[in-house]
Amino acid sequence: MADKTGWKDLMRGGDLPPATSREYKTGSWRSLRPVLDLSNCIHCMICVAYCPDMCIPVVRSEEGVVGRNGRIYKGLVRLETDFDYCKGCGICAEECPTDCIKMVREEVVETSSK
Amino acid sequence: MSVYKPLTGAQATAEAMRQINPDVVAAYPITPQTPIVEFFAEFVANGLVDTEMIPVESEHSALSCVVGAAAAGARAMCATSSQGLALMWEIVAATPGLRLPIVMPVVNRALSTPINIHCDHSDTMGTLTIGWVQIYSENAQEAYENVFLALKIAEHPDVLLPVMVMQDGFITGHGVENVKVLDDAVVKEFVGQRNPDRYLLDLEHPYTIGPLALPDFYYEVKRQQEEAIERAKEVYLRAGEELAKITGNTYPYFEEYKSDDAEAVIVILNSAAGTAKDAIDELRAEGRKVGLIKPKLFRPFPYKEYREVLKDKKVIGVLDRSISFGSYAPVYAEIRNALFELDHRPAMQSYIYGLGGRDIFKSEIKNVFEELLSGNVDSEKQKYIGLRG
Repeated sequence: MADKTGWKDLMRGGDLPPATSREYKTGSWRSLRPVLDLSNCIHCMICVAYCPDMCIPVVRSEEGVVGRNGRIYKGLVRLETDFDYCKGCGICAEECPTDCIKMVREEVVETSSK
Repeated sequence: MSVYKPLTGAQATAEAMRQINPDVVAAYPITPQTPIVEFFAEFVANGLVDTEMIPVESEHSALSCVVGAAAAGARAMCATSSQGLALMWEIVAATPGLRLPIVMPVVNRALSTPINIHCDHSDTMGTLTIGWVQIYSENAQEAYENVFLALKIAEHPDVLLPVMVMQDGFITGHGVENVKVLDDAVVKEFVGQRNPDRYLLDLEHPYTIGPLALPDFYYEVKRQQEEAIERAKEVYLRAGEELAKITGNTYPYFEEYKSDDAEAVIVILNSAAGTAKDAIDELRAEGRKVGLIKPKLFRPFPYKEYREVLKDKKVIGVLDRSISFGSYAPVYAEIRNALFELDHRPAMQSYIYGLGGRDIFKSEIKNVFEELLSGNVDSEKQKYIGLRG
């Protein structure tokens, strides 16, 4: 919606091409960031199912990733949250059964990463 | 071949819906619209239509279902009255913006409070500003034919807006009349198939319907909607010409009854126009020059055309079956508006009548004409017919 189209050229009824929400980076709304400790993650997918913005990417990994207790988790594994869309609602942290997600204020994350 | 059948207005409407055979109907029964849903449900149960009928828990859900079905690509219909229309209001207002061609018969009934089930026009007059095309019907025959007309207008690519088709609660809705019903095959050919240019079940061509539009786009979308309803004026006439070929009737913006040479003209909607015609016949027999204008297409409102036929009248009385509290009555306001451009305007009088189903009699309409011809009129003062003082 970056271009300012006139009323005669807009799609009827304000309809739009599909998947325009991809262009809308809601990550800028975030004040708390979910910081993931992958070494304690069991890849149970509960955070993935609960995420209201579908911004936790999942891939299939044959070689596996290291998780809780040094175990190798194979098959479907979660990756780092997509911060382009994560609004920082904290539902993932609330639901995580191993407490491996902590909500940290953005400015604290930014400072500590510098 | 057309056949005459004894039908109520509601039954005639259900009959029209049966002949259209919509893909989806979702409606909630509410007096006096109930028989439309009842008769149509019977058609569904007896396998006379292919319609998916969705029993819903409220009118809000009824129109929501119909909106969803229409967006998916279906030809979908609803029907309601009064409190039902009020309960579905949120979706009533949303439908024109989504540009979905939904036809919804509305059987006019007074709005609460006080609670009342009988006819007046306060329900649909309350929806005038939100973008539905509105067609009013005097009797069961018109209510039946206007459903086909509405479908043609709604689905026309230049319009794509929802259309309400009105009839008077009980008076028309429950009164049995001799209705000329068209042949099923003739209707089938007339209504054809809905042919949407885009629809949500077309998985090859996905799109987003009803997205958020903030101050930078909302305004433009609404301007489009206004253009569409303006185009409905012309489309109404063209669709009417097409319908005339199969019904033999005509579909002007308004009916002119003995108004050509009339000095005093009244403007009145729906069933009371029938009573007025009888009163006019009797007054004409006495040599009085009186006539009637009966609005049919009320949204969009054809101002210019009204001005053309009313410009030389001596006096005009407008009878409204609803009050627009704190302002001029809805029909009166439009007629008054239409005459603004004239250098010499006719005298005008606004009358309220028939609220909550109060009967209006031929004698009262004759009194209106007597008063109009006597010159005892005040364009700024609302008068009340049949009200206890």
